[in-house]
Amino acid sequence: MKIVQAKDITQKVAQLCVEINTKLADDIDSTLKKEERQEPYPLARNILSVINENRNLAINARRPICQDTGMVVAFVKYGQEIMIKDGGIEQAIQEGVRQAYCQGYMRKSVVKDPLLRNENTQDNTPAIVHYQIVPGEVLQISVMAKGFGSENTSALKMLKPADGVEGVKHFVLDTIRKGAPNACAPIIAGIGIGGDFEKAALLAKEALFIPLDQHHKKPHLRALEKELLRKVNEMGIGPMGMGGQTTMLGIHVLDYPTHIAGLPVAVNICCYVDRRGTVVF
Amino acid sequence: MKKIISTPLSDEMIASLSCGDQVLISGTIYTARDAAHKRLLEDLNQNKRLPFDIKNQIVFYMGPCPAAPGEVIGPAGPTTSHRMDKYTPKLLSLGLKGMIGKGNRSLEVIESMKKYYDVYFACVGGTGTLCAKHILHSEVIAYSDLGTEAIRKIEVEDFPVFVAIDAKGNNIYESGPEKFRKYLATQNN
Repeated sequence: MKIVQAKDITQKVAQLCVEINTKLADDIDSTLKKEERQEPYPLARNILSVINENRNLAINARRPICQDTGMVVAFVKYGQEIMIKDGGIEQAIQEGVRQAYCQGYMRKSVVKDPLLRNENTQDNTPAIVHYQIVPGEVLQISVMAKGFGSENTSALKMLKPADGVEGVKHFVLDTIRKGAPNACAPIIAGIGIGGDFEKAALLAKEALFIPLDQHHKKPHLRALEKELLRKVNEMGIGPMGMGGQTTMLGIHVLDYPTHIAGLPVAVNICCYVDRRGTVVF
Repeated sequence: MKKIISTPLSDEMIASLSCGDQVLISGTIYTARDAAHKRLLEDLNQNKRLPFDIKNQIVFYMGPCPAAPGEVIGPAGPTTSHRMDKYTPKLLSLGLKGMIGKGNRSLEVIESMKKYYDVYFACVGGTGTLCAKHILHSEVIAYSDLGTEAIRKIEVEDFPVFVAIDAKGNNIYESGPEKFRKYLATQNN
């Protein structure tokens, strides 16, 4: 049995929320710099250089890259041999988000009621927290600050088995073609295939945590990722939708067994500011 | 080459701006996003005066982070414009001349822009800290209860944007990918 103090969870989550908003993950950072060097179209290269200049300013000022500091989503792997002292895990995470956004001068972007929209929660809570119980003494919290310009362009569709891989490609490419110009391209895409309605969406979100240089273990899904990346970057949408080669930095597929009658597919689109990080206790 | 303009906008200025131009804007502009637009239209429907004179002005679709100590304003980049499309034709009919945001606009908005001779600028999305560097002054002038979505009067200097849709309706989101392909073709010849 391993003991973790609730206040340590709060402190680490708060630290992570500020850090991911201020500094791009290394894999995204290096990919953006590489794309600036490789982009052939002058206007697109210019936009990528502005993006990289803003990245430097944000790091130096220790301030958020983007004013949309997101809604926080957390995926928790909660080991059965973990005991949390002096508080509950959910409250500890929410308190970490509250402290980060209030003390870190970040934008509070959460309204209490999705239809009335007349009251901001004032501290960017609640975060959306997903738990997975796992064996052992591990406690891992992955945090994403998800911007909604890109979230709004995401989509889910219940395909038929007969639609097959071609149906999946068509839906993914169509969603990205429509969404990328409004989603602050160059985008990153998470694709969930299989499971059921909500499982596909969860997989798509989880896929946005995968480092850009990592690819699916299954050869046919690795090939699918590669083909989708190539096809999106052949669309010519470019950074901010103004034309160019650099439309998508990476795409990851996560899959799950599904029902004989179904083929759920979810496409979660993220802007290039894919704010993600993980803390392990 | 970058074009330099200052607010308020005139028809002559707008005539000089073409789709794809890089522009540096200086002067007073106003911020408003989803909730403020909804309220502006509610005010109009109730025959109330708008909280600022929008004639010949630019509205920037933006809700900033709070200012940290020593800052004029927190990170302050553009939000996606099409969420404001429903409200925009009415504001253009009342004399609003320019908008700053990111992403494509609806056909209704573009038709109104052509009719009233207006310009839509796009700013590079996700560059909040860089945008804030060009804001010299910021003051909440209306709907302060909306927090980040309140209307702010801001002074900008050399604020960097692109002309995304010009007053003739030329649209970079339509023409950009095609221009890129043509450029590649000329490079490969």
